[in-house]
Amino acid sequence: MNPLSRWFSQRDKTAIAAAAQATLRSDRFRLEREGDWRRLEAIVTRIEAGRLRAISDDDLVALPALYRTLVSSLSVARDTSLDTAALDYLEGLAQRAWFVVYGPEIGFRGWLQRFFGGGWSAAVRAIGPDILIALALMVTGTVIGWLLVAGNPDWYYALVPAEPGDARVPGASRAVLHASLFGKNGRTGLAAFAAYLFSNNARVSILCFALGFAFGLPSILLLIHNTALLGALLWLYHGQGLTLELVGWLSVHGTTELFAILLAGASGIHIGRSMAFPGQRAILDAAAEAGRRTATVMVGVVLMLIVAGLLEGFARQLIEPTELRLAVGGVMLAMWLAYFFAFGRSGARR
Amino acid sequence: MAHAQPSGRQGRQRTILTAEGLRLSLTLASRGSRVIALLLDLGLMLVAILATGLLLTALSHGALVSQISHANPATRRLLETLDVVWIIALFLVPNVWFLWFELGVRGATPGKRLMRIRVAARPGTDGSAARLTAEAVIARNLLRNMELFMPVLFIGGALSLGEDATLASWAGLVWFGIFALFPFLNRDSLRGGDVIAGTWVVEVPRRTLAAALSLGGNAQGTSTVTGAQYRFGAAELAVYGEYELQVLERLLRDRSAGAPHALTEACRSICAKIGRPCGPGDERAFLDAYYTQLRARLETGMRLGKRKTDKHDAGMTQ
Repeated sequence: MNPLSRWFSQRDKTAIAAAAQATLRSDRFRLEREGDWRRLEAIVTRIEAGRLRAISDDDLVALPALYRTLVSSLSVARDTSLDTAALDYLEGLAQRAWFVVYGPEIGFRGWLQRFFGGGWSAAVRAIGPDILIALALMVTGTVIGWLLVAGNPDWYYALVPAEPGDARVPGASRAVLHASLFGKNGRTGLAAFAAYLFSNNARVSILCFALGFAFGLPSILLLIHNTALLGALLWLYHGQGLTLELVGWLSVHGTTELFAILLAGASGIHIGRSMAFPGQRAILDAAAEAGRRTATVMVGVVLMLIVAGLLEGFARQLIEPTELRLAVGGVMLAMWLAYFFAFGRSGARR
Repeated sequence: MAHAQPSGRQGRQRTILTAEGLRLSLTLASRGSRVIALLLDLGLMLVAILATGLLLTALSHGALVSQISHANPATRRLLETLDVVWIIALFLVPNVWFLWFELGVRGATPGKRLMRIRVAARPGTDGSAARLTAEAVIARNLLRNMELFMPVLFIGGALSLGEDATLASWAGLVWFGIFALFPFLNRDSLRGGDVIAGTWVVEVPRRTLAAALSLGGNAQGTSTVTGAQYRFGAAELAVYGEYELQVLERLLRDRSAGAPHALTEACRSICAKIGRPCGPGDERAFLDAYYTQLRARLETGMRLGKRKTDKHDAGMTQ
């Protein structure tokens, strides 16, 4: 027996002796069980403080039984006792104990394990139809961007955020555009630029997801707007016969990054769709269900954007030949597709 | 004011049904305490970010620049790496802060913990209690980006542009307004993230078990001060109900400066009601005895299934 429970059992004896003298039946009830309540409170307080190691094995084993004792104490007390102090205490303790006994199913680490071990890919597969919708929107956005700029080059300035000193504008010579793709143009802080791009992309992705709350429409607009920019860039480089080189330059990180944005958009659309068409469920339930499902996807999106940032910052600077760049981008895309749509499938079927 | 408080709390009471069939009543956190908790968290996050920034500055200045010149490409790459760490930290701190803490067993960030509130799963439509999942915590905090940080960025951007951006600033304000006011637009004060995640924010009770009044020295009916005996008959106890018992208990537990006066008042009104002389100077013993005997009578009634909620309730005589 550990010191704590010995102390309590000592208390119990004195309490039971006192109970024999108490006039009120509810006081006898309280005095006989007070030791158990206090023991449960001590355990709950320690768990809440995160000091799991400070709890003895005896106490951990006793926790469910103590909790059930408390539950029955509370229901009896509600019907037989007018001792406000004891009732308030029991109500509060029952609530705290419930949160502990039915607390988070797994910790941060356990969740990460489940996430990489199939949870992520399963969540991606679960929003399959929305991914197709988002993909269609992104392709449409690219085509719209291209067509707009092809029709009137002034659109380029509206679509591509103007950066001072950016040579990539309509009318730029082939040499200038080529240099922007290949030249080790002595620009410092490329990695920092990539990190900036990551955090920016991550914010846009999270926004794209969060806007699903407004029935998904803003997510759709955001997807189209962002890919229209891509279309405009493609048009610009196509004009100088550099399409393949641009695609290579983009694909190193782009297959990962665009995939991530695709998933974020799909998540937003999924939420929007669930809220607009909840079917048989209440709208709040439908929204909560969709939100939990897509939350997993979104954690993955952020991780993908970190990978994309690393590829953009380092791999793209180290790899010059377009064929190699395309190969890297292709391999990344194949890896993601394999992970999402092949991995963990057998586990789910089992 | 004193009356507005309990009625506000009453309005925030919700009941969930646990798997054991126990009805637990939760109190939703007030909007005010949630705002304060958020401000506390933002402050703490700012401290965390500043600490990271100082650490990185110290690293880049102390360890690198003094030894190798700036022109060295290796140094430049290292500095760049620190820059990258900084930018990523700026992204991660506000996002991981809430996740890390709310995924813990307390389900609360430091700010929430200080305000004694926590995140909990909303019960299903049948009221059955649900477990808080990691996915729910992630979902509710992803929306925080849109509800809080994005609007602030919008407004900040609009303000820095000055008069050029009146439209954007208006859009930002409306935007911010919708999501900041969202908790005021529904009964459970859910913000957007709570809707998406199926969560709500509740108060964490932390009550200590106060000693039972009916076990005090005076409770047996004999005054410890004067030795006087207080025994009340059935008719003398029948005038009050559970509500009056609770009021009396509050009075007897009150140890503030005004308490003796309030006790005298209570003693006088009870004596007037039951028609018995009130022993001056021995009010506490009198009230202790009355409390214990009234409780004994009401609890006996409860065991027989007869309750008397207050003095107007004739339940006991049924």
